[in-house]
Amino acid sequence: MAKEKLVLVGNGMAGIRTVEELLKLAPEKYEIAVFGAEPLVNYNRILLSPVLAGEKNFDDIVLNDDAWYAANGIQLHKGKEIIKVDRVRREVVAADGTKASYDRLILATGSNPFVIPVPGKELEGVVTFRDMYDIERMLAAANNHKHAVVIGGGLLGLEAANGLLKQGMAVTVVHLLDTLMEKQLDAAAAGLLKRSLEERGLNFLMPAQTEAILGETKVRAVRLKDGTEIPADLVVMAVGIRPNFTLAKKAGIHCDRGIVVNDTLQTYDPRVYAVGECVQHRGQTYGLVAPLFEQAKVCANHLAELGYSRYEGSVTSTKLKVTGIDLFSAGEFQGGEGCEEMVLKDAGRGVYKKVMLKDNRVQGAVMYGDTMDGAWYFQLMRDGTDVASLRDKLLFGQAHLGDSGHGDIKARVASLPDTAEICGCNGVCKGTIVQAITDKKLFTLEDVRAHTKASSSCGSCTGLVEALLASTLGGDYSVATKKKPVCGCTEHSHDEVRAGIKLHQLKTIRSVMDMFAWQTPDGCNKCRPALNFYLLVAWPDEYVDDNQSRFINERVHANIQKDGTYSVVPRIWGGETTPGELRALAEIAEKFQVPTVHITGGQRIDFLGVPKETLPAMWGDLSRAGFVSGHAYGKAIRTVKTCVGKNWCRFGTQDSTTMGIDLEKMSWGSWMPHKVKLAVSGCPRNCAEATIKDFGVVCVDSGYELHVGGNGGVKVRATDFLCVVKTPEEVKEYCAAFLQVYREEAHYLERTAPWVERVGLAYVKQRVVEDEAGRKALAARFLHSQTFAQVDPWGERAKGTDKHEFIPLKRVS
Amino acid sequence: MQVAAQSKVPAGNWIEVGTLEDIPRQGARVVRHADGDIAVFRTLDDEVFALRDRCPHKGGPLSQGIVHGKRVACPLHDWKIHLDTGMAVAPDEGCAASFPVRVEGGKVFLSLIPDAGCPNK
Ligand code: SRM
Ligand SMILES: Cc1cc2nc3c(=O)[nH]c(=O)nc-3n(C[C@H](O)[C@H](O)[C@H](O)COP(=O)(O)OP(=O)(O)OC[C@H]3O[C@@H](n4cnc5c(N)ncnc54)[C@H](O)[C@@H]3O)c2cc1C
Ligand code: SF4
Ligand code: FES
Repeated sequence: MAKEKLVLVGNGMAGIRTVEELLKLAPEKYEIAVFGAEPLVNYNRILLSPVLAGEKNFDDIVLNDDAWYAANGIQLHKGKEIIKVDRVRREVVAADGTKASYDRLILATGSNPFVIPVPGKELEGVVTFRDMYDIERMLAAANNHKHAVVIGGGLLGLEAANGLLKQGMAVTVVHLLDTLMEKQLDAAAAGLLKRSLEERGLNFLMPAQTEAILGETKVRAVRLKDGTEIPADLVVMAVGIRPNFTLAKKAGIHCDRGIVVNDTLQTYDPRVYAVGECVQHRGQTYGLVAPLFEQAKVCANHLAELGYSRYEGSVTSTKLKVTGIDLFSAGEFQGGEGCEEMVLKDAGRGVYKKVMLKDNRVQGAVMYGDTMDGAWYFQLMRDGTDVASLRDKLLFGQAHLGDSGHGDIKARVASLPDTAEICGCNGVCKGTIVQAITDKKLFTLEDVRAHTKASSSCGSCTGLVEALLASTLGGDYSVATKKKPVCGCTEHSHDEVRAGIKLHQLKTIRSVMDMFAWQTPDGCNKCRPALNFYLLVAWPDEYVDDNQSRFINERVHANIQKDGTYSVVPRIWGGETTPGELRALAEIAEKFQVPTVHITGGQRIDFLGVPKETLPAMWGDLSRAGFVSGHAYGKAIRTVKTCVGKNWCRFGTQDSTTMGIDLEKMSWGSWMPHKVKLAVSGCPRNCAEATIKDFGVVCVDSGYELHVGGNGGVKVRATDFLCVVKTPEEVKEYCAAFLQVYREEAHYLERTAPWVERVGLAYVKQRVVEDEAGRKALAARFLHSQTFAQVDPWGERAKGTDKHEFIPLKRVS
Repeated sequence: MQVAAQSKVPAGNWIEVGTLEDIPRQGARVVRHADGDIAVFRTLDDEVFALRDRCPHKGGPLSQGIVHGKRVACPLHDWKIHLDTGMAVAPDEGCAASFPVRVEGGKVFLSLIPDAGCPNK
């Protein structure tokens, strides 16, 4: 049977989502053609804001690349605007004359930004904020010019203003009303928002009405009704959108404020569907993706002729995507007849929450500063839950309902019910995410995004998804007494395997696998690196490292990047360098045309974008200039951060720099269960951030405070205080001992923070502080292992070790 | 895929790319080609497979992954790919094109014409 023909007009978020949903239900049913006026593949329009702010680039926001269209047999007509729908011949016609006939047609033409009809609106330099083309024009202006005026203080206007500010422009926001985002916020929340945006450097003129845009051919200034003139090289109009239904209307399809559709997203012509912002459904139009994605699902269901789902309208919630500002709004928040308002205001923490109730049911909520419970209020609101029994705790959030809450994010997500919606854009609830994490063995945010779509649109629920990952996976850490196998290849736990290696004198990966009856022929990429590490720690002077059981970064001693190139971070002892070293680095960077040189967060210099084949030559030069590998790629000693200490600083109590350099010289090259970072601060002001490091030293008048088990990262943990010692020699001994217990006893990929939490600080103190003989023995074992470890892997490879890694097997032309 | 060793001297589109010993066990090497790199893998028991060196997820270089059994773990986000078919291990979905390879007299021969079935050539 010949396939039916489906044509989609509008290669945007709603249209393509419909096609995706359809392919899931009936992949073979239609021959699909897509027309898009933009010359691009489908991208995530929401993330234009971070692109403008320089936080992402276009590649990051592509949703479906060319390969996707090809793989699904979809014919994509990029840059072809449809100008006519001939419903009698069932054919669409593009501006360039391309035609396509259809059995069914989807209109998903989105909206057009509204341009206020003032004189000068057509001048060069006046732009809207809707598509990639607009972004390009804004970025170009940001490059050359200084002053930007954004007209409109709504969601889009503020995101545009923030982006331009980040691009270095002086930005003024002109807003008609006296509160920002008046559709989403009440006056109190809007005030807080305004204040924190002002602190970032935005200017506001409000209430203020634009009268004209001035300039000859290019914009020069904006004039307000009261006569004020604001200089401007760029004017962004962000005053709202209008559903784009010109094409539908011309084709004689009934339109009102949008293309009118029924509950199966059909227009008055049943062969023609419409989805997205161009649609009017039960009198409503929408400007956020969540409802559009719901529409897409229903539309696809009908196109697949399953016909069991109906779209009945959506309730929406909003978040602002300005990094560092947390804001949530849903439903009715202005109050009215019979409404009660519950408000929590903590100016000190910058937190404001308002929940609007009517007959003990949530009507709406506005939150600023702490939006963690937004999903919960939204759920209560949509379900129409009677909250009479929750009233006294409602404002404190869900975690405070039981006795569990310390208010940390992990405890709070843990307390959410499975039905709580985590990702508003894609309508994904907690249960679905947790199930995907456990069933599909997901470990990273990327994986969760790929499998569930949660956090893949606007990204504002990323924190929640990460917390779910942490709480779902992290549970593994806490059940230390319950046996958890190393991986799917065996039933045995990390501890059993480690003990067995010593007891039975196992000295190869093969013999461990045989002894413990591995169920796979040669393990997997989880157990092999772990076994390799365990053997290396157990038999430092005998074990022959198995390179093929190391992750690529450790195998080639450089960090793989997303494009397959590598990064190179030479060790800079204690973060201290010299003009001579810098000159040598500069010359090497130039010689090898390193595309990006970055000062890392670890007080070192990173050469990014080095092709694999170039690595040995570059390392040869580095080696000759006296540099060794910084192990920035390894489960190994990474950096030792230091501050200038008493050599220069007026507060310094000890020579923290030398202390740090000594520690780094002692420990570099050592392989670890996870990465290990050290730091030494010269006084309790702690400029080297020693208290979020695996091992941190804070110098004080009387000696050195030692701290352990801290990290930054996804889940920041401040260190635990271990003890105070008096001399640099003691610092080194305690440090070596601590590193060695950790090496000998932690599970592979368990960083010091979870390890200290698992075994308890008391245990660590007992081993490192109280048991003096034990400490000295541990330190001695560490130093012994170091005699084999401190061989610069770069120098070796520059001389020819593992040559096969760096040259192709063959080149074929 | 590997072809039984009794077949005749390779002819036609087969090219010699090196010896078996050139490829580390549980590892891979890259054959550079204008149409895209091809990764040639060698398993623990010396089976040899060739795949387009592009992960179906986000294009990661599969040649750089850890080889275990008849699978490779992509270095970028840890998808697992079947070496014999190029298919992603479920529940992930997608494939990397596989290329015919054979080993004769210790030499590795590769065909540049991918097996049918995977659009990601
Ligand atoms: C290069 C650098 C960013 C920069 O340009 O500044 C960086 C880059 C990466 N970090 Fe980092 N981190 C860098 C400093 C940091 C810091 C700051 C610090 O060390 O003071 C932190 C927070 C402190 C900490 O580690 O606790 C940091 C916390 C992380 C984490 C989260 C760790 C955690 O325990 O939660 C990861 C993920 C991981 O390791 O699993 C990570 C992972 C990564 C990886 C390795 C991701 C990857 O696998 O590709 C990045 C490697 C890029 C590359 O090729 O160089 N990076 N990373 C910094 C290198 C420092 C150096 O000189 O070696
Ligand atoms: C900067 C910005 C930030 C945003 N932030 C958020 C947010 O945080 N959260 C949220 O939920 N939503 C946000 N949105 C809104 C969201 O992006 C839209 O709701 C969504 O993209 C609408 O999808 P759509 O498919 O209806 O329209 P679009 O994605 O605009 O797609 C319509 C496509 O149709 C094309 N087209 C129009 N007419 C024709 C024709 N005649 N022929 C061929 N092609 C045609 C257009 O060129 C366009 O590519 C934001 C929007 C912008 C611009
Ligand atoms: S892992 Fe580190 S370097 Fe990479 S993007 Fe995240 S914060 Fe930046
Ligand atoms: S690119 Fe291979 S797993 Fe992501």
